Amino acid sequence: MGLVFKTETFRDDFTFSSSPEGIRRFPFPFHEDRYMYAVNLEPHLKGPAGSATEFAIDIDEHYVAEMRERALVLKEDKLRCQALPHMMPAEWDLLELLMTSMSEDYPEHFALERNGDRWRWINRPLGIDQRFVFGDPATLPCPPMEFITRQCQGDFCLIDQRDGNLWMDAGMVTTQADWSLDFDIGMNFMEWHGPVPLAHELGVFDRALKFLLNLQQGRPVRRLNWTMTINPRMDTSPEKYHKWGPDRTTVTPENAGEKIHLRVELQGLWRLPRSNAIVFSIRAYLLSIADIATIPKWARRLHRVLRTLPPELIDYKGLTRYRDTAVAWLSQFDDGAPTTPGCGPE
Amino acid sequence: MSGGVQIPVRVAAIDAVARNVKSFRLVPESGDAMPLFSGGSHVVVTMRDGARTYRNPYSLMGSPRDGASYQIAVLKTDPSRGGSHFMHEGLGVGSALTISHPINLFPIDRRGRKHILIAGGIGITPFIAMAEQLDREGRAFELHYRMRSDEHGAFAQDLSVRFGQRVRLYRSAMGEELPLGALLDHQPLGTHLYVCGPARMIDAVLNVARAAGWPGENLHSERFLAPSGGAPFAVRLARSGRTIRVGEHESILEAVEAAEVDAPYLCRGGACGQCETPVLSANGELEHLDHYLTPDEKSGGRKIMICVSRFKGRELELDL
Repeated sequence: MGLVFKTETFRDDFTFSSSPEGIRRFPFPFHEDRYMYAVNLEPHLKGPAGSATEFAIDIDEHYVAEMRERALVLKEDKLRCQALPHMMPAEWDLLELLMTSMSEDYPEHFALERNGDRWRWINRPLGIDQRFVFGDPATLPCPPMEFITRQCQGDFCLIDQRDGNLWMDAGMVTTQADWSLDFDIGMNFMEWHGPVPLAHELGVFDRALKFLLNLQQGRPVRRLNWTMTINPRMDTSPEKYHKWGPDRTTVTPENAGEKIHLRVELQGLWRLPRSNAIVFSIRAYLLSIADIATIPKWARRLHRVLRTLPPELIDYKGLTRYRDTAVAWLSQFDDGAPTTPGCGPE
Repeated sequence: MSGGVQIPVRVAAIDAVARNVKSFRLVPESGDAMPLFSGGSHVVVTMRDGARTYRNPYSLMGSPRDGASYQIAVLKTDPSRGGSHFMHEGLGVGSALTISHPINLFPIDRRGRKHILIAGGIGITPFIAMAEQLDREGRAFELHYRMRSDEHGAFAQDLSVRFGQRVRLYRSAMGEELPLGALLDHQPLGTHLYVCGPARMIDAVLNVARAAGWPGENLHSERFLAPSGGAPFAVRLARSGRTIRVGEHESILEAVEAAEVDAPYLCRGGACGQCETPVLSANGELEHLDHYLTPDEKSGGRKIMICVSRFKGRELELDL
């Protein structure tokens, strides 16, 4: 079944919306009624048909609109896409991973023809038909990472491995939750996670680093992360804080359901073959809490998670100003009934 | 499987390439392409010899871009451990093996302006794919290969033909010595050095380099330890509630696997850290033989790398 791509915006008039199917496939991240950090990595295996994890790379109804939004961000700020020179082999590895996954899993929308190093890539939703020589950047209109990530939902970081650490040495980051590639580029794993509260004390990063250093080809892993965003805005970067920071003062009990969005990141990690680098994908999904309230279990659970969230996390996730409003709004859907285990709707 | 995804393969060719060294070409049973890999990668080969199972790590040689087959080379060593002996004597063309996906613990640092590769004996194996990759990516490199004699120098002639002046051979039986001091004294800033070979050679190269002022980040080595033998000892596995005996020529990991208890591993050579296991009690002395734990962790006595390390004493209790 082909996807029907929506025409919508993630800025100014914010016409973004989700279909009923889009709501049901939202990767709701809470498996119980409270939340704390954990090394919640699991194998990135095929999920149920129609779910956000059915395929390695998820393309959904927002694809075309998100790619337009990415192009707008890049037009204003070239530094959202950067790569240190030694990452070129990893850029080609990433291009291969994305083109292969997208064409195999969505053949009605994407096609890849390979004849030795002579490749042809067809992207029907965006109207692209590109012949190029794999490994020769001069045969593409822009470097390989930029070329393919302008055509794939989600932010992507390419991480080099050396000296027993991981290094943020390239990326396309336009839909981020208040972190900056331009600031973090060249940093190692412990440096870029420096600001995260509580998790260091729990030893989460030591364990995660050790795990990732031994990440194997053919065994990708994933985890979910989450925060909240006011309005369906994809670009909540530090560079644009002046645009989205003030949004947080606009939440009222009347507009909370439509304004407040749960933002879930489906993060994937793959070991790349030629470069030995790791690709870290951060695919953001937005859903208003009014849409969440159409799923009774999710409304009850989100209410309880937000009500019991540790103060350090409320501050770190930037929820301080509107958390109480969100809890009050969601309380109308929480009758105190127990919730079933697991993240699914019921 | 605790060692990761396994690929069933068949031996397609066996060649004697030097004294006590055979090379093996492995093709996938499935007929699918093999995963591409980066220079410096190894696979863990699982061999079934009747009731015994051996698992040894071997570097991948050949071109990293050849998806049709993998090439490994095996030096026949200590017959009592059996793995390399089995590879030499127990396999023929058509024999079945399983291998892990490639794992790279000895990658090229692509920030380097120049790369000096130093091999001793069978330590040449990771450098064959690394040289191919450096050449293909247009990076400056030199390969210095020390061997006892021509007869012992696996792949030396092929490498000289393939890479010309970038390969230098040193035959110790003919009095040719690697001019280490001169080599390390006059390299441009940003040069990276990689060494693989006997432990004494690796130590010597790293010591000379450090003394010459090379930064630690620019020095890379790979030492695959074969687990060394030692006196047998008993290990209590707390979680599975069993006591096993680790034999004279067996590692703890091998004894655990023989008892059909699942334990994680990747490199089986004391380097990757995957098999780190909490020590619950130790009535005796831990013999840390790995290159992963820090000196503090080793003296702390609360962790052990079960792929290579041993124990002297009455009983060791592990969280397995």
